[in-house]
Amino acid sequence: MTSSTLFGITTIGYLLASALYIGTLIFKTKKSGLVASIITVLTFLVQTAAIGLRWYESYQMGMGHAPLSNMYESLVFFSWSIVIFYLILEVKFNNRIFGAFAIPFAFVSMAYASFAKGISDQISPLIPALQSNWLIAHVMTCFIGYAAFAVACGLGCMYLMKSTSSDDSGTGLLASLPALRVIDDLIHKCMIFGFLWLSAGIITGAIWANSAWGTYWSWDPKETWSLITWFIYAATLHARFTRGWQGKRIAWLAVIGFVSVIFTYFGVNFLLSGLHSYGSS
Amino acid sequence: MSKKKNSIWSFFASVKLALLVLFLLAISSVIGTVIPQNSPAETYVKMYGENMARLFQTLDIPDMYNSWWFVTLLILLALNLIVCTIERLPSVWRLVVLDNLQTDIGRLGKMRSRKEITTSKSPEEAASQVKAGLSEAGWKASEASRDDGTLLFAQKGPWTRLGVYVVHTSILVIFAGAMVGSYFGYKGSVMIPETRSTDEIYKFGSNEAIKLGFEVLCKKFTLSHYPNGAPKEFRSDLVILENGKEVLSKSIVVNDPLNYKGLTFYQSSYQSYQKFLTSIANNETRNQDRFLIEPGKQVKWDGEKVTFGIINRDMTDTPGKFRYKIWFANESGVAEPFWIVDGDTTIVKHGGKEYTFALKEFFATGLQVTKDPGVWGVYIGCGLMLLGLYVAFFLSHRRIWVYIKKADENTTVLVSGNSNKNKQAFEKSFDAVSQAISNKLG
Ligand code: HEM
Repeated sequence: MTSSTLFGITTIGYLLASALYIGTLIFKTKKSGLVASIITVLTFLVQTAAIGLRWYESYQMGMGHAPLSNMYESLVFFSWSIVIFYLILEVKFNNRIFGAFAIPFAFVSMAYASFAKGISDQISPLIPALQSNWLIAHVMTCFIGYAAFAVACGLGCMYLMKSTSSDDSGTGLLASLPALRVIDDLIHKCMIFGFLWLSAGIITGAIWANSAWGTYWSWDPKETWSLITWFIYAATLHARFTRGWQGKRIAWLAVIGFVSVIFTYFGVNFLLSGLHSYGSS
Repeated sequence: MSKKKNSIWSFFASVKLALLVLFLLAISSVIGTVIPQNSPAETYVKMYGENMARLFQTLDIPDMYNSWWFVTLLILLALNLIVCTIERLPSVWRLVVLDNLQTDIGRLGKMRSRKEITTSKSPEEAASQVKAGLSEAGWKASEASRDDGTLLFAQKGPWTRLGVYVVHTSILVIFAGAMVGSYFGYKGSVMIPETRSTDEIYKFGSNEAIKLGFEVLCKKFTLSHYPNGAPKEFRSDLVILENGKEVLSKSIVVNDPLNYKGLTFYQSSYQSYQKFLTSIANNETRNQDRFLIEPGKQVKWDGEKVTFGIINRDMTDTPGKFRYKIWFANESGVAEPFWIVDGDTTIVKHGGKEYTFALKEFFATGLQVTKDPGVWGVYIGCGLMLLGLYVAFFLSHRRIWVYIKKADENTTVLVSGNSNKNKQAFEKSFDAVSQAISNKLG
């Protein structure tokens, strides 16, 4: 069994779980929700094993390094972080409904890693600049933050769907969603969690850059975009905390913030150029 | 305070300005990620045409992150933070040190988290039991007599109210560190061939030579490869010399620089010369010497009457690594070639004599040199920011009051409390505390 096989199973697992979560949302069948959760947990374990195995394989190939070094590996880790973050929320708030808005992100991330052109799943050796523990810390902190923002975005979509529907009968598709107030609060929680980790991600990135190149900040496009994302979330937090913004506006900002995350992550690699070109291989 | 009414002051204290500045910073930062920065002027003409290029020059777009208008935005952010802090910190500080035993008793009955217990015990007995209940639940209470009753108060984390200000201050600390770095620091580079030393480096941009005040010697540079041939490591063995004496030595690689006297030396590149460092010793006479040789050229070691040279090159099983065929002759007359792998040392037996021969490709190491006295400010600011964010987001100031008063035959115990954040979590711990208290009294 190789890690590639396990990653294949992971992709299918999250596809199945996404379908079941969405089915649960639409048909309101309790059992399918439980099955979705079980499949998610099992797939998550497979994925964890696969990441570990890939790490081991890299050592066997004589270039051992943590599996966080290129686009493929970071997408896998992104998907992994989304799922663990979601599972914690599911347990903590004892609510399966928003799985339909979170697990699809994990599936898309895996599917994109596996099928997109130009993303290679080869284990490749680390060039000297990438051989740093700060890099590992950097990638992990960033992606934990991104995962929280992905879930915040999912919740934001959920909020917008529920609040714009005129269906008040209490029987429709959206009636099973939690109260708007609860979603709003969850969005805020995800955002502050993500903001803390994004800050840590930018900081560890700066420390890494300083140890490799002697410059902690060089305004390269990826750095700048992560700062733009940070400004957006900082503004959102202030708008909410000091000016009392809530509800739809914050939900929109959760979506906009995540678009900025996605651009930081992909757009910069594919549309702009810079130091972080490792991500494009 | 009269300055409070000053409209310029309130402009700089407002969160509206903060939102505007954050928004403008986010939007304008995009420009520099789309339009290439610090390219030669012709590039902009070629990419965007004469007129646009001229407009760009006027607006400093080619170096926008150092332009007057971008720096103005950053200064606005800093001013906003400073004024906002001066404006708000005093009242927050008063909340931190507030004597909550003076709280208006009337307010206690209106708090969202409250519980009233009636007991037949005497007020004194009730008070001591309430105290025991609080301390069992982890709350340390202080006490005062108020309006014919007893008020107990306990709190956790009053200082967490300062978390936000730690975050805001951290941004100013980072700015200060960055400014110190840009005014008092510089960046430069230098190429040092193996076995040579230098006492000056060249500033980026101007290429101006800067005296170090000490010497840096590159003893050795090694390049290693992965099995597939990709470069794995650049390593320079550096020595710092003061007045010709070794004071420090360190082997640096990318991501692990050398620090000395406020300067940091980073491994950044290397240069190869198609030359080879060889050292040769006669194992009997103990004579030895070193030579820098070029392939195809014969070298004479006069003291020992030895001549040698590189005549061929061949791959080894290790990708990126070569072996060299050495032509070698001494006074015995016969020339006998042998192979040696780059970086190895070998014993050569020739005409009854024995030599130790070593060969290594000759490189110069490319070092980047940075002086940044502000970097510690930046790092301390970063640390403060993470600490402050954690406190601001996840910790809260929780307060519990208990008012005990005689009412007719009985004693009433009013437990109330609040928290400035995370109200749901507080609700739970409040329930636990009031339960502990009523158990004691029950
Ligand atoms: C990028 C810069 C900034 C960052 C990272 C930042 C960060 C924060 C954070 C994390 C909070 C706590 C929010 C919460 O608990 O949800 C906060 C609150 C606040 N910030 Fe900022 N801030 C920044 C800039 C500013 C500026 C320029 C102002 C100037 C007016 C400002 C004014 C405030 C105020 C008034 C609060 C509420 C404090 C309170 O009442 O407890 N912030 N900020």
